[in-house]
Amino acid sequence: MIIKVNKLTKKFKDLTAVSDLSFEVEEGEILAFLGPNGAGKTTTIKMLTTVLDPTDGKIELNGYDPMTQKDMVRHSFGIVFQDSSVDDDLTAYENMMIHAVLYGLKKTEREMKIRNLLEFVELWDRRGKLVKTFSGGMKRRLEIAKGLLHHPKILFLDEPTQGLDPQTRSHIWEYIKKMNEEEKMTVFFTTHYIEEADRVAHRVVVVDHGQIAAVGTPAELKAQTGKDNLEDAFIALTGRTIREESASQNSFMRPPGRMGGRRR
Amino acid sequence: MEIIYILWLRQVKRYLRSKTRIIGSLGQPLLFMVAFGFGFGPIYSKAGGGDYLEFLVPGVIAMSILFTATFSGLEIIWDRQFGFLKEMLVAPVSRLQIMFGRSLGGATVAVIQGLIVFILSLFVGFQVSNWWLALAALAFMFLVAFLFTLFGTGIASLMKDAQGFQLIVNFLIMPLFFLSGAFFPLEGLPRALAVVVRANPLSYGVDGLRGTLVGLAQFSLLTDFTILFLAVIFLLVAASYLFSKIEA
Repeated sequence: MIIKVNKLTKKFKDLTAVSDLSFEVEEGEILAFLGPNGAGKTTTIKMLTTVLDPTDGKIELNGYDPMTQKDMVRHSFGIVFQDSSVDDDLTAYENMMIHAVLYGLKKTEREMKIRNLLEFVELWDRRGKLVKTFSGGMKRRLEIAKGLLHHPKILFLDEPTQGLDPQTRSHIWEYIKKMNEEEKMTVFFTTHYIEEADRVAHRVVVVDHGQIAAVGTPAELKAQTGKDNLEDAFIALTGRTIREESASQNSFMRPPGRMGGRRR
Repeated sequence: MEIIYILWLRQVKRYLRSKTRIIGSLGQPLLFMVAFGFGFGPIYSKAGGGDYLEFLVPGVIAMSILFTATFSGLEIIWDRQFGFLKEMLVAPVSRLQIMFGRSLGGATVAVIQGLIVFILSLFVGFQVSNWWLALAALAFMFLVAFLFTLFGTGIASLMKDAQGFQLIVNFLIMPLFFLSGAFFPLEGLPRALAVVVRANPLSYGVDGLRGTLVGLAQFSLLTDFTILFLAVIFLLVAASYLFSKIEA
């Protein structure tokens, strides 16, 4: 098991974002981590990726503890964040280069890899433009290109394809699937496009109110709920109420409107 | 090493690209030189102090470095708000390297700003007593710049909103600035005030600049250098600690 989560809990002042969550991810698996808004998906990813410390519970990632062995954990994963993590006042190329240096890519392969990925997301022609001139979709593509620049053991993708058109989305998922197959890279992703999970994920974990609602392959979840597509199964598992997202927890991390009004 | 370099480069590039920032931040020092230099000049020399501009310019250079350096901490808060901080914090590099690279970048920007003010002062009529010694002024400019970049970084690590940072920093650096001897001589101060001035690291930066640019040091240059250096080491430890506690 490359990720082990045991009784994970995170409390913010008066709000319990994640409560007693336990699950495991196998090496080489593509796992979809689904849940309605405010279910605790992003908070869980933050704890897995050393950005937040849990209130309680235990995590093991590639054999290391994100609480006490942050450096080893950081060497094990890559991440595409849900919201912007690029510097608007730099060019696309400069952002990629900083990422390449931060992640210790060899000098000889940096330029070629940056070029390949920028071409892949069709931003190579605009590599010299400041990111602040980019549209929401272009920024998102840059985020993804940046996240795929190095090949970690575990790749976290927090709503990576939010706001992209179907062509770009399927293009990007093909690439991720290829990385998964060729390099046995474990992929852990969240999305609100449930059909993406149906098509790509080996296994699905559904969370709601900070707790596990269901675990299984897409086929198992459909059988369990008697629905013929995963989206209906998802709704059957999590109910129809629309969730109020608490804005109080870390709301400073999500400046409104920066990414074309995207939501968690 | 390369990590420190690329983060340094980022700060410098951002600065060089922001023409409004460069020009805008020169207005205040220029105004001080012109208004105070020509306004107080006659009184100062009547009182037997000599050439006021000679006295004032090192202080104005120190002031612009102080402000530019301390406010570079603001960039940490922006980075947090715009998301780039996360990018750095989840990367497999030590926080110390990140902090060091950024702070060196911030300090470099502040030194450039100080140099521009210095060049402007030559047009207003400032004269350097010894150009070789003036090279040593660069060392003092850098020490002051690095010291206050670390100071700004430490405070920014504790704060989440930009307005709060600006309030706190203004509250803290105004007294540092006025009690550093940047604008008035330190002789004949009331005892309590003299103690405060002596405890203020900026006093040694202003004194060092004055000593190297116009040969008017009150303390010795070695004292100035040693105290600034020790203050930098102390803040390096403090700012690293505070920065390592940041949660994105």
